[in-house]
Amino acid sequence: MRKELQVAALENGTAIDHIPSDKVFDVVSLLQLDRLSNPITIGGNLESKKMGTKGIIKIANKFFEEEEINRIALVAPNVNLNIIRDYEVAEKKDVTLPDTIIDIVKCNNPKCITNNEPMKTRFHVIDKEKVELQCHYCEIKIGKENIVLK
Amino acid sequence: MKPKSLVNIGDYNRTDILRILDNAAQFKANPNRNLLEHRVCATLFFEPSTRTRLSFETAVNRLRGRIIGFSDAATSSSSKGESLKDTIMMAANYADIVVMRHHLEGSARYASEISPVPIVNAGDGANQHPTQTLLDMFSIYETQGTLENLTITIVGDLKYGRAVHSLIEGMADFRPTFNFVAPDELKIPEKYKSFCDEKGIAYREFTEFSPEAINSADILYMTRVQRERFTDLMEYEKVKNIYILHNDMLKNSKPTLRVLHPLPRVKEINQDVDDNPKAYYFQQAKNGMFVRQAVICDLLEIEVNEVTEVKKLRKE
Repeated sequence: MRKELQVAALENGTAIDHIPSDKVFDVVSLLQLDRLSNPITIGGNLESKKMGTKGIIKIANKFFEEEEINRIALVAPNVNLNIIRDYEVAEKKDVTLPDTIIDIVKCNNPKCITNNEPMKTRFHVIDKEKVELQCHYCEIKIGKENIVLK
Repeated sequence: MKPKSLVNIGDYNRTDILRILDNAAQFKANPNRNLLEHRVCATLFFEPSTRTRLSFETAVNRLRGRIIGFSDAATSSSSKGESLKDTIMMAANYADIVVMRHHLEGSARYASEISPVPIVNAGDGANQHPTQTLLDMFSIYETQGTLENLTITIVGDLKYGRAVHSLIEGMADFRPTFNFVAPDELKIPEKYKSFCDEKGIAYREFTEFSPEAINSADILYMTRVQRERFTDLMEYEKVKNIYILHNDMLKNSKPTLRVLHPLPRVKEINQDVDDNPKAYYFQQAKNGMFVRQAVICDLLEIEVNEVTEVKKLRKE
């Protein structure tokens, strides 16, 4: 018997699975999915053996640049990202944090120049495992739990 | 590659630091030169700081440079809402180098990225003030004859003190030993302790301003314990008089010990220390001018030795 899918299958595109339930909309925002006109399915609070509940996002006919998908690592480093072609998984990708993150994260220091000047933020990833960032400008360090997206 | 701007003491490696200090020594021997003739230096003080501004401006004046700028953001277009970028771009249109002080952290780094001319950070909020660090290091170098293997006792506000943090970073490559003397509320932050551990720098922490911390030191670096830093004012009342240096506390210190302070001082060094030959904080402040002459010439790629040589030749 065919296993029932919780979210409809994708012919071509990108499927992001095992997103922590509370991070689904962060991923939406990181990938700027609200700006796309492609068909998008977003599933939240779905049953998961591994995680209890999880989120899934499927974007039809869209293949992201490496730099774009690596942003996801900021909020959900353990997602499964599958490239689907003709209903088959053509490629599996891991998301890994880049060394520098430009204009995605907001600096938590209200006295940082980036919060007071129309300019891009820039963070150095100083610990990829713990997800610790350092502002290139005011030099403040930000831990994973304190990361705020722009 | 030599840095184009001076934003953070960490931008300068050991070679850069020693080059600046050697040139500062030359300026101390002869501070009045023509090196900046036909050059314009902008001093943009978005936040007032009279001491630092006068030091920079005198440094330029004594080298025959010209100065433009403002000493308070209220008199600049930033009060009309102009962005930092636009103010910097305007100043860079006119000046060969920009010295800036700003209350926002990271402002100097940003300015250095957009400015076509070198930027000297004269303080960006609580973040960095690298010429202060260089003048501290120059004073240490000058009074001890070396930067290597010195014991430096730092007293007072080690938690928020910008000068303290930068001094630790600046001295890191010269194998120092630190004694950190501070009340519990103003203890040296963990990140500087792990910095010392990573660099293999020995340090001890004291909550008491003990004879041991003073007598083992080559340099006694005093800082202000500010009332507004305390969450618990009872705690402040308890410690406010503990970290005050009196002349008799120096009686068993090393003959070569020198007492430094980034100034302004309030009560933490009693005035009876001022006449002790070990007191060096006023000369230290004066050294700031020579260090700033060296920094400005270095960033403008003006060779200090070469010009001195030419002068000598002319005399002959």
